[in-house]
Amino acid sequence: MMNARFAFVVRRVLLTVPVLFVMSVIVFLIIRLVPGDPVRTMLGFRATEANVIEIRSQLGLDQPLVVQYLDFVGGIFRGDLGTDIVSKASLSELLAQRLPVTFELTGLAMILAIAIGVPLGVRAANGGRRIRRLTEGFVILGISIPDFWLGIMLVLVFAATLGIFPPSGYIPFVDDPVQNLRYMALPVLTLAVGEAAYFLRTTRAAVEGVLARPFVGFLRAKGLSERRIVGGHALRNAAPTIITVIGIQVGVLLGGAVIIETLFALPGVGRLIVTAITQRNYPTIQIGVLAIAAIFILVSLVTDLVVGMLDPRVADGAST
Amino acid sequence: MSGVLEIADLSVQFPAQQKPAVDHVSLTLAAGEIFGVVGESGSGKSTVANAILGLLPPSAGITGSVRLGANPTMFAGGPSTSDPRAPRELLGLPERELRAIRGDIVSMIFQDASASLDPTWPVGDQIAETIRAHRSVSRAAARMQAIALMEEVGIPDASSRYGDAPHRLSGGLRQRIVIAAALANDPRVLIADEPTTALDVTIQAQVLQLIRRLRDSHGTTVLFITHDLGVVSEICDRVGVMYGGKLLEVATTTELFSNPQHPYTRALIAASPAGTPRGSRLPVIPATWSVESLTLAEADSGARHTQTQDAAEESST
Amino acid sequence: MLGILVIIALAAPILAPHGPETVDADQVLGAPSLIHPFGSDVLGRDVLSRVMFGLRSSLLVALSSVALSCVVAIPLGIVAGYAGGWADTAISRTLDMILVLPALLLAITFIAILGPGSTVAALAIAVIYLPILARVMRASTLVVVRNEYVIGARARGAGHFRTVIGHVAPNALAPVIVQASVLSAFALQLEAGLSFLGLGTQPPTPSLGGMLSDGRDVLTQAPWVEIFPGLAIVVAVLAFTFLGEGLRRAFDPQGVTS
Repeated sequence: MMNARFAFVVRRVLLTVPVLFVMSVIVFLIIRLVPGDPVRTMLGFRATEANVIEIRSQLGLDQPLVVQYLDFVGGIFRGDLGTDIVSKASLSELLAQRLPVTFELTGLAMILAIAIGVPLGVRAANGGRRIRRLTEGFVILGISIPDFWLGIMLVLVFAATLGIFPPSGYIPFVDDPVQNLRYMALPVLTLAVGEAAYFLRTTRAAVEGVLARPFVGFLRAKGLSERRIVGGHALRNAAPTIITVIGIQVGVLLGGAVIIETLFALPGVGRLIVTAITQRNYPTIQIGVLAIAAIFILVSLVTDLVVGMLDPRVADGAST
Repeated sequence: MSGVLEIADLSVQFPAQQKPAVDHVSLTLAAGEIFGVVGESGSGKSTVANAILGLLPPSAGITGSVRLGANPTMFAGGPSTSDPRAPRELLGLPERELRAIRGDIVSMIFQDASASLDPTWPVGDQIAETIRAHRSVSRAAARMQAIALMEEVGIPDASSRYGDAPHRLSGGLRQRIVIAAALANDPRVLIADEPTTALDVTIQAQVLQLIRRLRDSHGTTVLFITHDLGVVSEICDRVGVMYGGKLLEVATTTELFSNPQHPYTRALIAASPAGTPRGSRLPVIPATWSVESLTLAEADSGARHTQTQDAAEESST
Repeated sequence: MLGILVIIALAAPILAPHGPETVDADQVLGAPSLIHPFGSDVLGRDVLSRVMFGLRSSLLVALSSVALSCVVAIPLGIVAGYAGGWADTAISRTLDMILVLPALLLAITFIAILGPGSTVAALAIAVIYLPILARVMRASTLVVVRNEYVIGARARGAGHFRTVIGHVAPNALAPVIVQASVLSAFALQLEAGLSFLGLGTQPPTPSLGGMLSDGRDVLTQAPWVEIFPGLAIVVAVLAFTFLGEGLRRAFDPQGVTS
């Protein structure tokens, strides 16, 4: 049994290798696919002949494509991510500053969304007509309202009118935890609402599906309380579906973070990318995209492993 | 006859249907007997079973009476809400009290055992769970009892099988787990809704034998629902025949096969290979006389025979 | 509801009370009034008129991106589902690569390469939806090819091409249409998000996302500049969502679409 589990983990981890390869090629090609001369586009009016040659060799663009790619990947493995063209800062250091902000934002939003969406979904799955209708309304609105507009409206109410939370900005957690959370409150809430709606819908559908299965009839016939049936059995059986969706939604959340960081002036990786695009700062765009994509791929891997471990058939190594 | 379970004038009407699913059914289960309810699908036999334990959807309209342990001597003391073993009317009982009865005093097992077990739970825990739902015993004690039950229903190497997920057991063993879970609290009544239909013939015979053996050792009363007259002849003491929501006739198993009263029963016996005496010709059912053509009007007047029907009976024996 | 929105978008030049770029210097950040029902913005432009024109450009990007995606995805899905084998593997695996990156990040990557603008935004959104639509088309094709009329057509000697055009494609299309209308709702949100970041529709063309970005600094003084364009997005998204649900109920009761 241990062997089957081990084989499953190895198989899933190996599957990540081609995905990482494709991702690294896409990111690598960003700068090479720019129409015309990327260096001139990048430098704009600052492009002097000397400048262009210097940057071009600094980026290795005068080398053959395969050599460029190997250099690029080699750099990543050595932890040398290059330098920011505009600020001349080391991209590794820049990333080290920016990543924690994005982690905090998406992590808190994810926790909040799960805390709202999953219990409500369970309630909706075995609740009466009133709660079903209420949650349905929340789902439709939560999915239809663009998160950045929701953010603006939250700022209008909680920052501009009530003055409870600051409208934008960031204070590092290590400097002042309380202030940090006050600044994070609105962005986290903004990101979490849409996701909570998704989780609610998924949980409701999954738990409903389980409750319709014959074994639930036997649980009732055994005299178990509805609470134990839902909590002990339905949720346990619905867990793989819910966790899979949570894993997929991490991607949506990371995408949303790009917009929300810009809206609330949070110095995260998303805002780094957006600023870099407007400055045509290609190396920084590459590293930002690389970082977020890597997180996304890693989360997908972990999700699949967790779901696999939850399924007794997978743990037994039975082929699906 | 001391009735362990008395069903009187039970009718069930589902909202979107014209005819009642169960139409004025009355029957009494005697202590320790295996009572078979036989009928084709849609005859209302499973609806009766679900009505007893209050497992029908709330939208179903139920009238009549289902009385548990209506023993006249016990009844004299009056129904008490505190003692779950006291005689009482089950219809209209609040969900909380019904839950206390389900799996403790009246248990039920369903057709497909594979589908009756939670695929994510160890099989042993699903037995222990029933015990802990009704008795305040420790986890460890419930586990010991569950293992003993697994041994009793004939699961080899029970203690090492305890932690297995359902999919690791064969269909026959899974049905044994289901039976163990249903009998965990030594109920007075076991309702078995087509418990062997999904199993192949050899396993089916073993499970039937097990149910009979458990009845003998525990004195459990069994309501055995099936569409298979062969199974009826093998296990049941008495039989009720259902058609179109009505209970057409009730008789001891020997009586039913030797002297069926209702034309539908005769057709059923004639159509069932197990019902025909060995060595006789296969039954011939004329085109004018088939189970499908039997209208409810005919079913109502049980004693009325038409000439065609009699001719059919004669040609089939 | 969707019909009304489309009419507003199409007829914006006729219906709009003011030009979208007409500056009324006396009405800078004017509150909603009879002349400017949705108020006016930081340059004194009529918000209602800009919402109408913004809806026009947002719908244009959203719908053209989904349409473009369909045009590519439908043949790919049919080939993958009908031919099977290595063609299926090649198409499915290639499209899977698109899903390596989170959707919005992929769109941003596209824009990073080709530069901001509404055409690039539409292209990027189209690429994101390619694998989803192709997958639905493939699944739907797999269901349809098992039908007797398809086998019958082949038996009567119809070639692969005629079988696909005449029998498979028309019958397999419904789930894709359902999925496309659902995706239109998301496309609208994506376009608005990209324009909000300044990466989609470029000023001076009014777009709903762009208006929200412009009005952020004056949120406290003139909330109407932010409220109405956002409401327009929500209403449009809801319209597509309900259309999709309705179509799903009508065409795809088995639920091939996600």
